Amino acid sequence: MHSATTGTFLNSHLKMVYVFLYMPIIVLMVLSFNKAGLPTVWSGFSFEWYGKLANNDAILNAAWNTLVVAIVSTILSSILGTLLAIGVEKAKVNSGLDALLFAPMIIPDIVLAIALLSFFTLLEFTLGLHSIILSHVVFNIAFVCAVVRTRLKNFDYSVLEASEDLGANSFTTFRRVMLPMIFPGVLAGSLLAFTLSVDEFIIAFFTAGAGSSSTTLPMQIYSMIRFGVTPEINAMATIIMLVSFTLVFMSQRINKGVVQ
Amino acid sequence: MSSAITLQNLKKAFGQTKAIDNVSLDIHENEFFAMLGPSGCGKTTLLRTIAGFEQPDEGFVLLGGEDVTPLRPNKRPINLMFQSYALFPHMSVEKNIAYGLEMENLSKGEIASRVADVMDMAHLNAFAHRRPDQLSGGQKQRVALARALVKRPKVLLLDEPLGALDKKLREQMQLELKRLQEEAGITFIMVTHDQEEALVMADRIALMKDGQVAQLGTPHELYEKPNSKFVADFIGTMNFYEGKVDGGALILPNGSRLTGVTEEEGLDSGTLAVRPERIQIHRYAPQQADNLLQGVIADIAYHGQDLNIHVAVDNEPNKTLARISASSAEQQNLKLGETVWCSWSSQNGRLLGA
Repeated sequence: MHSATTGTFLNSHLKMVYVFLYMPIIVLMVLSFNKAGLPTVWSGFSFEWYGKLANNDAILNAAWNTLVVAIVSTILSSILGTLLAIGVEKAKVNSGLDALLFAPMIIPDIVLAIALLSFFTLLEFTLGLHSIILSHVVFNIAFVCAVVRTRLKNFDYSVLEASEDLGANSFTTFRRVMLPMIFPGVLAGSLLAFTLSVDEFIIAFFTAGAGSSSTTLPMQIYSMIRFGVTPEINAMATIIMLVSFTLVFMSQRINKGVVQ
Repeated sequence: MSSAITLQNLKKAFGQTKAIDNVSLDIHENEFFAMLGPSGCGKTTLLRTIAGFEQPDEGFVLLGGEDVTPLRPNKRPINLMFQSYALFPHMSVEKNIAYGLEMENLSKGEIASRVADVMDMAHLNAFAHRRPDQLSGGQKQRVALARALVKRPKVLLLDEPLGALDKKLREQMQLELKRLQEEAGITFIMVTHDQEEALVMADRIALMKDGQVAQLGTPHELYEKPNSKFVADFIGTMNFYEGKVDGGALILPNGSRLTGVTEEEGLDSGTLAVRPERIQIHRYAPQQADNLLQGVIADIAYHGQDLNIHVAVDNEPNKTLARISASSAEQQNLKLGETVWCSWSSQNGRLLGA
């Protein structure tokens, strides 16, 4: 019964890993419904902190900023990243250029943050939401490009020639043949970009400039946390968690179509 | 007969490789034309040049006498059926076929009726709403053909149209394509590496080698009157004998004198080519024979109604292959290891350059 024992062992190991990964998050979610403001004592179920959150202008403003940054940078990086992916796959670039395309995904955020800040300062570029957006576009292009390229790996380019042969010009061919065929990849890439942008703290912190007008949600939470964790933040974190989780789940579902 | 496509001195090189080396061809209207050759002979490049996907370095492509060389593929009334079929995977069969008509800005009613007609003709009605990945190879092939034919092109190009099908389906589709071509009254230009396919389907064949046309002619001409050893070897099965040429006859190293039809003059050495089915086998030396070789039966292969008999001449086991009917072999009671005589008449041999 060796294999059965191994099976049981692996099974419980798997469960332990999941517990390890998700226990803290579950604790946080539970505490967001805790009536008392203390993290240690459970004093009853309540939506109180969600209510307070809804009345906190600073948090709502930050959430709005985050949404603006995420949506605009996602749209820009989806367009640029897709075009980049198509160009790179067609041009069959060498491995050096290939590595450079992956670099923005791998470079530590702090390095990219410092680099972008110095770059903006050098250009005497004003800092604000627009500089955060530009910075997010920088690394998101790399992610969108990578996801779209997986879709293009098995792409049968003869369908584009077929389209042209049947009388379509290049724009119609792109719109009616290429884009619909790679769209699952583009959508998966943009969902990933959106999630990354919503979560991103370090780069936004460096490139936001002074003043609270361009504070994003992660920055707001960070500044609040210095005065102790309040269940209000737990509530916010729970909402972000659910949104991120949904998006990742959706992008995975769509990516399954990419593999097929 | 007026020409559908005229190629004038086409040249195209990829780096150092000459894919098309000064090709001029006249392809007639309503003709089923095949470009045949081994891989790398330039036949696909030639097809893509006619379609407009390759620009020739030199020369012209004329369509019905009009120069279309500078036109993009979407501006040429020529359609290509791709080897991989290149169906749009995100569209249904019906949408795939309608696509080309939508590009012509036709009315919805006309598109619908033309699509319906062509789906009828290609027996695709049952699959109208399926996606390409839900179709078999043969069905995909018919969709690709319908998608090209619905445009009513002046010329239809087919790139290895039957290459992806299994043997049985291929034989069936050979006749089907031929029938469609005759019914539609469209010039078909097919690229294939399969000589049998070309012989069965084409009205004329251009056999290509190294970017040039090695021989142009009807299947019968290519089979019976090859102009070079390459053509003789590529089409069908052929026996070759090499030797010195003397007074219009070929002298083998063993002294045998072989004769055949020749169009070449002043040959010093040459090759005599003769088809297996033209060779007769005798147990005793015939009294009269234009060509006669003695040998030993090295192998007998059974092919149903025919037998392939390998006769070793001068101890070369595969020197001569004769295809004779099973009944004739039975009558003569031919057996392995027996000494026999092979004969053929002069008009069935071709004396070619070495």
